[in-house]
Amino acid sequence: MNSLRKYLDRIKPNFEPGGKLHAFQSVFDGFETFLFTPTTTSTSGVNIHDSLDSKRVMIIVVLALIPCLLFGMYNAGYQHWLAIGATHFPFWELLAYGFLALLPRLIVSYVVGLGIEFMVAQWRKEEIQEGFLVSGILIPLICPIDIPLWMLAVATAISVVFVKEVFGGTGYNIFNVALVTRAILFFGYPSKMSGDSAFVPTHSICGLGEGTLVDGFSGATPLGQVATNIGDTISITDVAGNAISLWDMFLGLIPGCVGETSTLCILIGAFILLATGIASWRIMLSVFAGGLVMATIAHALATPTYPVSMLTPLEQLCLGGFAFAAVYMATDPVTASRTNPGKYIYGFLIGVIAILIRTYNNGYPEGAMLAVLLMNSFAPLIDYTVVQNNIRRRLRRLNAKAE
Amino acid sequence: MVKNVRLKKGLDIRIRGEAPAILPQKFITPESIALIPDDYTGITPKVDVKEGDKVKIGDPLFHDKKFPDIKVVSPVNGTVSAVVRGERRKLERIVVTPEKEFSASAKFDFEKVSDPTRAQQLLLDSGMWAWLRQRPYNVIPEPGVTPRDIFVTGFDSAPLAPDYEMLLKGHKDELEAAVKLLSMLTSGSIYIGIRSGSCLTEIEGTETVIFEGPHPAGNPSVQICNVKPVNKGDIVWTLDALTLLRIGKLVKNNILDMTTTVALTGCEVTEPHYVSTAVGCDMSTLTKGDINDDIIHHRIISGNVLTGHPTSLEGYLRYPYNQITVIAEGDDYAEFMGWASLSPQKMSISRSFPGHFTKKLFCPDARILGGRRAMIMSGLYEKMLPMDILPEFLIKAILAKDIDKMEQLGIYEVAPEDFALCEYVDPSKLELQKIVRDGLEYMRKELN
Repeated sequence: MNSLRKYLDRIKPNFEPGGKLHAFQSVFDGFETFLFTPTTTSTSGVNIHDSLDSKRVMIIVVLALIPCLLFGMYNAGYQHWLAIGATHFPFWELLAYGFLALLPRLIVSYVVGLGIEFMVAQWRKEEIQEGFLVSGILIPLICPIDIPLWMLAVATAISVVFVKEVFGGTGYNIFNVALVTRAILFFGYPSKMSGDSAFVPTHSICGLGEGTLVDGFSGATPLGQVATNIGDTISITDVAGNAISLWDMFLGLIPGCVGETSTLCILIGAFILLATGIASWRIMLSVFAGGLVMATIAHALATPTYPVSMLTPLEQLCLGGFAFAAVYMATDPVTASRTNPGKYIYGFLIGVIAILIRTYNNGYPEGAMLAVLLMNSFAPLIDYTVVQNNIRRRLRRLNAKAE
Repeated sequence: MVKNVRLKKGLDIRIRGEAPAILPQKFITPESIALIPDDYTGITPKVDVKEGDKVKIGDPLFHDKKFPDIKVVSPVNGTVSAVVRGERRKLERIVVTPEKEFSASAKFDFEKVSDPTRAQQLLLDSGMWAWLRQRPYNVIPEPGVTPRDIFVTGFDSAPLAPDYEMLLKGHKDELEAAVKLLSMLTSGSIYIGIRSGSCLTEIEGTETVIFEGPHPAGNPSVQICNVKPVNKGDIVWTLDALTLLRIGKLVKNNILDMTTTVALTGCEVTEPHYVSTAVGCDMSTLTKGDINDDIIHHRIISGNVLTGHPTSLEGYLRYPYNQITVIAEGDDYAEFMGWASLSPQKMSISRSFPGHFTKKLFCPDARILGGRRAMIMSGLYEKMLPMDILPEFLIKAILAKDIDKMEQLGIYEVAPEDFALCEYVDPSKLELQKIVRDGLEYMRKELN
């Protein structure tokens, strides 16, 4: 490590004002602080600091996303093998196929997003902020695997610039950057974001997964199938036409956005986030509570007019992006409510609204994204009422004294 | 009647280097002492002496411009050796070189105190007034104002803080005399906040409150907020029990005692222990031979690790601290990818560090261990502040200079030190104490 430290010290002057590579100062600084903990010591206030910093916070969230990421890769391969009518599923080939399908999306998302972050940091003469480390991995995970790269690039760029940077960067944004990226894709390019063909990769990559699609192939997600269901009973089938059980929904070997299908992997991520104390258990718990309450009500009033209401509450929680939104999206501390009582309200309403939208609006088979974005905009209002309570308590005390 | 308050929020930081509670045997004679006007918050200092002047214990060194009766007095007999000014002629410190025949306590004669005016005058004349603080703003109180209540903090809960019990034991008479004097100055009560089992339980004239729970249970703001909160318009005085004892010695024995017992603590102190010296003692004499003789950079803190002032061997013991902490500076240490570290040596409240689960003591250094960011994580500050205050929102109101909001969110109830733990745990590494100090200063300027 010493030689690396010496090397950095040697090239550092190039990046300082007046140096040849001054335009990359923020980038250099970003890498330097990534490799070596900064030696800046406190000048005012406390003399010691806790070891936790925003780099570690973000990395833990990324770590919590890894199970979903790996499973998403495997599942992409699995869905494709199903679609070409395979009967045996070689693990490593499936994973390699999924890896090759997902990798370009990951790269595009990171290159575009981090590129903008680097430029803005240099322009503002600030340190590079770590927020996009998480957004960059979230974006491919909440999009269909076959989303064209240029669309992903455009949506990411718009989102990073107009949702985050114009507000001042990480910590100042009102809406969740990754979700807005998805919303832009969802409303801008609906044909690539929903329907039968978006969620299952249908072509071979680098010679992997060659074959022709089975007859009657349909790659619709379970929620997509239910939304168009006609009649008193619902049948959900996988790509090859077999019925899907609750267990399949929980494990996640179903069509859907890359990271969202496996409730099991999401729960592993939730465990990591809660065990390290990085995400708020208040929000996570109340999203599930809200979802369960609304799904139970919907199921009690089940009607063929709104076929989603015929799903059992557990199916509701396992399907679509609900669990993913509850664990990774709703808990984003910047866009969520910041007061403790507010977090319960915020989470509960996300749960309720997500199920409400997907059940009673057949146009949107998925409501989690819209629910989180809607509640993002209400989070300040919720906090306002909680803060107002504190203020009123103080005022009452003052008035009681005056009497 | 004894009241119990149990506090859950807060944190006892586990640092190595606590001084065992043994009264010091030897007295350290300072080579020079200094008083630093910045420590006496709220006054605009006017110098009373010039270089070369002879001063005696109790002679004023500087006084307040607005209330000339508030003065800070010399703790020793000696000669003024320097009046140091900084930028724009700001008074930085007054240095006094003590006489050969050293003494830090002297007879102080006064007429018998029988009414509030005389009581106030005695505190002002002896310089003890400058050791009092008031809420709001955490400044020296204005003479002539009657406080609602007076709060005495009977223990210091800061990391490695000196043990008040040891220093107060056997001084009941003096303490009661001081309480009697102070009770003339307030229309309300004198509260004394203690740990259970303290020797301060039965001081006549006080209402005892027993506090349980981690730091900042010993902070005056926390004690006030959990006993009888400060409202807008209220004035409450605060002082620590050691100052109370000093006042007691003055009233009961006619002695102005400027000696102090200091705890030398921290990982980089060879053998943590207590020493006796005079107020304002110079660091090099005070710490001679006690700091580890190694090559790493040291940070010598006058005070505790949370609120103390970083100083050097050229520095001085500063008001109101009875503690020196020496830790590693850390600027000479290249740590590879510290953010990913799983080392049990890393101190944190986060469960993502294995060290969180051990019971051992840590040796932190002064690095901020990260970069300054916007407020990202929520709810962390709240866990560190056992008061009915929403710290994040108060901080934001201060940053926005929104006077109404600051008032509504309770800025009158806080002092910068209350945010020290919040600042310590903050992953965004914001300078919260500085923000609060600036906010209080701003409010005081705008409203007075």
